[in-house]
Amino acid sequence: MLKDITIGQYFPGNSVIHRLDARFKIAITAIYIIMVFSAKSFISLGAAFLFFVIAFLLSGISVKLIIKSMKPIIPVIIFTSVLNIFFIDGVTVFELFGIRISDEGLLTSGYMIIRLVSLICGSSLLTYTTSPIILTDAIEQMLKPLSKLRFPAHELAMMMTIALRFIPTLIEETDKIMSAQKARGAELDSGSFTDRAKALIPILIPLFVSSFRRAEELALAMECRCYNGGEGRTKLKTLVSGGKDYAALSLSLLFLALIMIIDLGRVVL
Amino acid sequence: MAVIKLENLTYTYSQGTPFEKTAVNNVDLEIEEGEFVGVIGHTGSGKSTLIQHLNGLIKPTSGNVYIDGVNIWDKNVKLRDIRFKVGLVFQYPEYQIFEDTVYKDIAFGPKNMGLDEKETDERVRSSAALVGISGDMLGKSPFELSGGQKRRVAIAGVMAMRPKVLILDEPTAGLDPRGREIILGQIKKYHEETGSTVLLVSHSMEDVARFAGKILVMNKGSLFCYDEPPKVFERADEISKIGLAVPQITKVFSLLRSKGIDIRSDVYTVEFAEKTIKEYLAAHGKGGAADA
Repeated sequence: MLKDITIGQYFPGNSVIHRLDARFKIAITAIYIIMVFSAKSFISLGAAFLFFVIAFLLSGISVKLIIKSMKPIIPVIIFTSVLNIFFIDGVTVFELFGIRISDEGLLTSGYMIIRLVSLICGSSLLTYTTSPIILTDAIEQMLKPLSKLRFPAHELAMMMTIALRFIPTLIEETDKIMSAQKARGAELDSGSFTDRAKALIPILIPLFVSSFRRAEELALAMECRCYNGGEGRTKLKTLVSGGKDYAALSLSLLFLALIMIIDLGRVVL
Repeated sequence: MAVIKLENLTYTYSQGTPFEKTAVNNVDLEIEEGEFVGVIGHTGSGKSTLIQHLNGLIKPTSGNVYIDGVNIWDKNVKLRDIRFKVGLVFQYPEYQIFEDTVYKDIAFGPKNMGLDEKETDERVRSSAALVGISGDMLGKSPFELSGGQKRRVAIAGVMAMRPKVLILDEPTAGLDPRGREIILGQIKKYHEETGSTVLLVSHSMEDVARFAGKILVMNKGSLFCYDEPPKVFERADEISKIGLAVPQITKVFSLLRSKGIDIRSDVYTVEFAEKTIKEYLAAHGKGGAADA
């Protein structure tokens, strides 16, 4: 069941989206997020979503995967939208068992759902089409100017790379430990809340122990290869930007402008 | 009656995705009670997947698993009870240890079974003794022990549940020769003392040949053969062909045969080899040459 988690997974491909410079992809994703949050009407939200759909169609990623990435956040979506429906005042649309549902509440939670869904869609498209290594490389490059202010850009990127690299390993390990404890009669998915919390101990402790062991081994292996931080370090693969990257960035800025104009127009009208 | 019975067992990983892979393919198998079975196969031959079916950790894609005549995926069967009946020791079991004392960790299984203090205490002490963990070690933290000791504690943790069937997945992986001998000897002793069924998964044909009463060979997810060692090693050539090493001594004998020496082919331990050679030499009028 843990294998169903797709966040941070990368699906290799050779589409235009895959080949974009990762730095531009991060910037475009950021612009997309601004689009989603600055859009104030369904039309402008629709425009933002259209931007995602174009990118999605170009990427060749299957619809199934996008829907799968949505799974873990469904509870969050339901929770926030229900809260919004019940707790925002406005003109009452209908009453149910003494609870008033207002038009404002429905509208706000509608926006909320669309925003959250488009947010997850967009950011998972970024991780689906960019390998984690390249992604952290790009982050390092983008943070580099900050290293003049003694900001540890390289160290941060290295930590992210390592963390990403070990996600699948840890998932596999957790699966193994869970099976081993189940084989000794541990009950993981039944019983009261406290029982279930207690049942986590036999899983978390071995997981921590092995993570520390892994960390030590990795540190030793890195030292053996004379790793001493980012200074003077060169890259095997350098990020190269070209025409298509600037075109994609312009397109995203165009959409952002479009959305702002739509909303402005509505305010003026 | 067979304690383990598999009917047309098939398991496919990630069904319906591009990563689809059949790990176990249509396996039919019956294992009698009290048997010591060596399970052999290549990496990826499906042996680990197969054994996880036996205590219900994996649900077969198709086919049935019977333990003690009970279909374990029947609606009214509690899987937890099956897991107490079929004890499974995973590869590198020392990584599952979590309690702050050796005693508590071995007691985890028996406690889950709902046994009382007295029974638990008796089981912890006897299974610890069986794997050579002395009484004064029981109060120690398991994280202070050596790798080999930790592994023995983890094995004792499963033995303490007194399962009818004990399955061990490569219990000697990563140990030095002495550690291997100790653990294999203790498993053998456990089998003799309790009379329970033991399944030992291993890479080493030598180990399996020495201890097991029957050998189960897996190849590419299918059951290659399940038989007594002499019968299995008669097919030494086929076994080599599927990429498994037969015991060194069996190889020597099959070489001798290929050189035209008419000597039996079902030799798989050094002791038996010595006897066979002496017999052969005696029969061919060169007796005593081996002793000289």
